[in-house]
Amino acid sequence: MGDWSRTSPLGVSMENSEISSISRVTLSSSRQNHDSLYSSSLPLSKSSHNVLSAFCIEENVPQCILYINQELVSLGLASMCITTPVEATLNSVPALNAMYELLQAQRRSQRSLEELERDLLRTSSTLEHLQTGNYRLKDQLELLKREKSGLHEKERQLQLKIETLQSCLKSEKEEIQKLQNIIAGRASQYSHDAKRKERECVKLKERLGQLLIDKRDKKLAIDVLNYLGRSDGKRIQWKTGKAGTSHEGDMYKSLLNDYEARQQSLMVENSELKKVLQQMKRDMMYILSPHKPCAKGSPGDDSHERGFPPAGLEGQDEVGECSRENLDQSCEQAREQLTYSIRLQWRRLKNHMEKLDSQVSLAQTQQQSGSEEAVPREVHEEEMQRMRLEVQQGKDFIHTQQQLLQKQLNSSFDDETAALLNDCYTLEEKERLKEEWRLFEEQKGNFERERKNFTEAAIRLGHEKKTFEEDRAAWLKNQFLNMTPFVDRKRYSLSDSQSALSIRSEPELQQSYTPAKLTKSSTYTEFSTPYSSISAGLPTTTELYRTLHLIQPDTRHSKRGSWQEPSSPIRAENPFGKSKRSVRCRDPCILSLDKDGDSPI
Amino acid sequence: MNFSEIFKQSNQLCRISPDGRYLATCVQYRLVVRDVNSLQILHLYTCLDQIVHMEWSSDSLFILCAMYKRGLVQVWSLEQPDWHCKIDEGSIGLVSSRWSPDGRHILNTTEFHLRVTVWSLCTKAVSYIKYPKACQKGIDFSRDGSYMALAERRDCKDYVSVFVCEDWHLLRHFETETQDLAGLEWSPNGCVLAVWDSCLEYKVLLYSLDGRLLSSFSAYEWSLGIKSLAWSPSSQFLAIGSFDEKVRILNHITWKKITEFEHPATICSPKTVVYKEVEKRPALSIQDLSSHSVSSRSPLLAVQSKYEISQPPFQIPVVKPDLDRANPKVGVSSLAFSADGRYLATKNDNMASVVWVWNMQKMSLEAVLEQTAAVRCFQWDPRRPRLALCTGTPRLYLWSPAGSVSVQVPSEGGFQVHALSWHSNGESLVLIGKEHLCLCYMDTEDTSTDSNIWTK
Repeated sequence: MGDWSRTSPLGVSMENSEISSISRVTLSSSRQNHDSLYSSSLPLSKSSHNVLSAFCIEENVPQCILYINQELVSLGLASMCITTPVEATLNSVPALNAMYELLQAQRRSQRSLEELERDLLRTSSTLEHLQTGNYRLKDQLELLKREKSGLHEKERQLQLKIETLQSCLKSEKEEIQKLQNIIAGRASQYSHDAKRKERECVKLKERLGQLLIDKRDKKLAIDVLNYLGRSDGKRIQWKTGKAGTSHEGDMYKSLLNDYEARQQSLMVENSELKKVLQQMKRDMMYILSPHKPCAKGSPGDDSHERGFPPAGLEGQDEVGECSRENLDQSCEQAREQLTYSIRLQWRRLKNHMEKLDSQVSLAQTQQQSGSEEAVPREVHEEEMQRMRLEVQQGKDFIHTQQQLLQKQLNSSFDDETAALLNDCYTLEEKERLKEEWRLFEEQKGNFERERKNFTEAAIRLGHEKKTFEEDRAAWLKNQFLNMTPFVDRKRYSLSDSQSALSIRSEPELQQSYTPAKLTKSSTYTEFSTPYSSISAGLPTTTELYRTLHLIQPDTRHSKRGSWQEPSSPIRAENPFGKSKRSVRCRDPCILSLDKDGDSPI
Repeated sequence: MNFSEIFKQSNQLCRISPDGRYLATCVQYRLVVRDVNSLQILHLYTCLDQIVHMEWSSDSLFILCAMYKRGLVQVWSLEQPDWHCKIDEGSIGLVSSRWSPDGRHILNTTEFHLRVTVWSLCTKAVSYIKYPKACQKGIDFSRDGSYMALAERRDCKDYVSVFVCEDWHLLRHFETETQDLAGLEWSPNGCVLAVWDSCLEYKVLLYSLDGRLLSSFSAYEWSLGIKSLAWSPSSQFLAIGSFDEKVRILNHITWKKITEFEHPATICSPKTVVYKEVEKRPALSIQDLSSHSVSSRSPLLAVQSKYEISQPPFQIPVVKPDLDRANPKVGVSSLAFSADGRYLATKNDNMASVVWVWNMQKMSLEAVLEQTAAVRCFQWDPRRPRLALCTGTPRLYLWSPAGSVSVQVPSEGGFQVHALSWHSNGESLVLIGKEHLCLCYMDTEDTSTDSNIWTK
């Protein structure tokens, strides 16, 4: 439809115009009842027929047909003529076709007309709208133009004002300057006058003073009952040059004292500050140094941070060392160095802190964004759980302990607490006592051992004595028999018994006898001496002991090899031989004594 | 806290002797010396005229009574009541009289500041010092009493003379770089002399004992300058109060400004404790009237006051000064360091009802005490960091770092405290009214609790 209306309008309009030229009435009527025309073409055709009835009457049918035919041809519809070519009569089929065509054309043209009318209306309304818009814009433009000019005017006025104000300011400034000058002038004038007046005043005062002095004011007097001593008890001194110098000295002394005190305080303060500085430096070094490895070790480290610490740190450490050495000298260089190193370290610390800060912020952002942190958090949770458990356990433990303690306290409150208190008070003493007790025990053990040794020795002695007795008996018998002709046989038997004795004693001596033996021997000598003194006539027993205990080691060492020799018993024989008689009665006595002496030990 | 009975006095002349044993008061032309503890009259001296000025000698043995109108000074001895001394300045007139630190010389300043006469009680000798300058504080003795600095004016220039007090030998005489010297003050250690210019110019000059200029300080130009000045007890700080409502603290090493304390109208810092005195007029019930007839005894007693701690921000009432008039009521007029030097109390004149306490260790505002009336006088306890102040009301106010308290002075007929002075041991306090005085005894232990009303 749209297509059609676009392509056809030219032809249709022509058609229309032609139709209109033929009959305006049709057009007007068609326009008049536009709606009805649209809804049904039949009434239109009827009405038009009525109107056109004047066109075709009975008489002019062929003309009409001809005319129509012509018209149709001109319209290009009559490819097949409505008229039969032979006679001018209406051929109905083509005529109807033509009519239909015409009707169709008519309808189309009407539709297009409608469209066009609508278009026209629309365009006219838009035109109107545009026109009003245009008017409005024109108005606006006008207004703006007016405004602009107004602003221009205002600006000009303001400019003018500024100019006037500036000039005003300038004049004000000038005024101020003038006033300042005036003030200065007045001030100088005032001061001048004041000075003049003051001078006058001074003059007057002097005059007054002079007059008063001249007048010899009688009233000017002091009336004292009796004079007072000086508050410090000293007598009044004459004003002398010496006094003046001493005053100067005093003054300088007091000044000096003040300065010294101040210097002292400053020195103290200085040293304090130095100390603080040093400590700060040390702390900083401490803070900085252990952090580095951590920073290095941490996996999520930036490369630049890893690169930063080592060189700088070492260098600063060196500086620190130097400064510390030099600080004691407290020279300026050292101070500079110290401050320099402090500054350096401070900067480092600051950098470090900043880095840490950035790291923290980085970590935070990571934590906020990343799901990677989920795993550590779980670990964290676990750790927390574990820690909580531990804490709980610890608490339980403490609780049970408390309960136990309470129970104990409740059960035996007095004794326990007393003991506890005693313990508290005499812990140290107890410790000492324990130590002493231990020593004592040791000693006791020693003594016990000694005693045992002694008893053993005594027993052995008894045995030996017995064997000796036997030996002696044998020997005596032998000797007795020696006088008889069987000498050789008896001597052999003696040597045999001697050897038996030596074998018994030897291993014991070798084992543990040696240390205890010395002491024992001394005791024996002690015991022996009185007896020897009492029974001076019986030296044989001591001789016996000596041979048994004191001389024995010697004999053992020296005669180890020769002990078995038959010659040695002969050497030992001699003392015994000297006191044959006494030994016999002494022996049991000595044994008993030995036992007595043993028991207390 | 206990209060003595009330005694009469005139011209607010009540002084406790330097040794702390006696209290001297003047009643018209009579001088009464009492024992501080028993308050019994020990001596009574009668002067020739109404006493205008009274001063103890440093050894507490003599009292000087000056009668300026008659140009007379009378000296009384405590040891020998018969002993008397009268100094007559004659027709030249007398404006000021004071003891020398040794207590054996009297320095009289004549009218028109013509000269200073030094009278010796030992030798009857008289010496004159010419050209003394008439100013705020023209004479100052060093703390140990060995030197005297005197401001002089000759040929329209300011000079300072330093005398040795022992024999009045002129030690140093030097010109100062001031336009119009207003005052001078020795540092407590006696080694530095602070000299300041008149209020037209902000200038402080610091001279060594030997007359060398150590330093000078000027905070600003043109507008009105220094109003008050105080040394810290350790000589470490010099506090300068000025008309711009600020206190500047100089240090003793570089003599440069360490800090300045402003006196803002609004206190915002939460670290500052603001004590605001609140007056209450209790509604008199019938019970009150019947049980203890307070109101019948004294209607003033009915007004009670206590301190309340205000929260920051706190607004301080400011009186706009009339700048057209001379000596405008603006700026820091009073400064006082506590005995241990840890606190500084100041008063700004356009906030007359407020005393400011500054912490010198933290260099910050410690406390603000706002009274209902203008503060008349404040003084530090010579032993403890404790500040006593009065406002011309029948109340005594005490501040200590632990707290602050307002105490009603029990009296009949409304004893209004106009001035106060501490006993040297810090255990009692002389409260001076218009024509009366009363002693206030502190409890030995400091039991000042916050905002309590202590009525006896």
